[in-house]
This record gives sequence, structure tokens and C-alpha cells, in this order.
Amino acid sequence: MIELTREPIDAARLLEAVRDANAGGVVLFLGTVREMTGDERTLALEYEAHEPMAKAKMTELEREARQRWPIRGMAMIHRLGRLEIGDVAVGIAISCPHRAEAFDACEFAIDRLKEIVPIWKKDLAPDGRAEWKHPAP
Amino acid sequence: MKVTATIRILLFARFRETAGRDMLELPHEATTADVLRRLRTEFPALTNLVDASRLARGDDFLQADEAIRPGDELALIPPVSGG
Repeated sequence: MIELTREPIDAARLLEAVRDANAGGVVLFLGTVREMTGDERTLALEYEAHEPMAKAKMTELEREARQRWPIRGMAMIHRLGRLEIGDVAVGIAISCPHRAEAFDACEFAIDRLKEIVPIWKKDLAPDGRAEWKHPAP
Repeated sequence: MKVTATIRILLFARFRETAGRDMLELPHEATTADVLRRLRTEFPALTNLVDASRLARGDDFLQADEAIRPGDELALIPPVSGG
């Protein structure tokens, strides 16, 4: 399951999507909106995507992950639009026969998502400042 | 009547906000490097960001020296920050 959504992410749905009789380990990663980054306070984040390409790149990274680990089930959802502190921005669930594979595959998936999927966040500060995040590659 | 060949560039995030629109129409350029050079002049305040960005066609990132066809629709992809 690969989705972009403007609705809150339901972690239970991600877990249900990867349920598998031959999976002995299920890893769920939730990326959530953090209030403090060092001394900087965030009020909210706004996410936008190049949507068709983002879905294609998420499909590509799923394929890469499945080539490296014996994945039974994989589900990825990224939220777009305005998110408040504590909201879930991204959810990834992966099931594998053994837990070590599931942990590794899930870490790979979120790292790769942050590298190749065309999604951007704008950081909104309490004083009204707003800054698009374009980290140096 | 002479029709000038053009290409379209989809804009996102800081580029979209700086331009005040989500698409640019530019004269056709031969390669990705030429398009990026042109985009540096379109975004004089964001040349560092242009240099850190990639171009995509459809769902694929383009290499530095790929040929651009008249009428192509490209996307200017600045460094991503999902997650």
C-alpha cells in the first residue's frame, strides 16, 4: 500500500495491511511533527509533493527494499497539507519473517524516502516566519 | 508564422512560492544543463538552490547532459524534505 493523503494517518490500517502468517516481526515507523529543533520552535509544518512522481518514487523504494530483504508486507503513507505538533507526517509498516530484517528494511525505507521522494515541508514558526526546508544534499 | 518551441517547468516549494506560480514556460533548451543554466537567470536570488536541484521528466530524475525535446514538461526538484 502506497498513499499520499490529506487526512490523519491511521497506524492501525498500516499494521493491518502488512499482517502476514509468515511474518514473525512487524516494524512500524511513524514520523511525527516535533516542536523543538535545537532552540527553534515549530508551530506547524506544511507539506507539499510532486504527487505522481512521489508515488512512483515510493513504489521504486519499495521495490529496492524487497530486493534486499524478504519482505512479506510493506505499507507507506505520507500526509500532505498543514500538520500540527504531534501529528503523524509519515507512516511505514514492514513485516518480515524475522525482526532484524524488518528493522533494517524499515530504516532503509524512511532513509530512502527522505532522499528520493519529491515531498517538501515548510516550517512555520510562532512569530510568523516560514521557511521551506531544502537540506543540502 | 514562426512558432518558438517551448518547454514547461513545474515548480514546487520555495521555487513555486518565489515565482508566485506553479509552472514556467521557457524557450526550448538542448540539454538539462542548459535548462538549469536558464533557471539560474529566472531565479537570481536562488542560484545556490538551483545548483542543488535536479530536473525530472515524468517519474524520473534526469542526468546532467540529457537531451530535452521541444514541448517537454519537466519538474524542478529542489532538495527534498519529506518525512
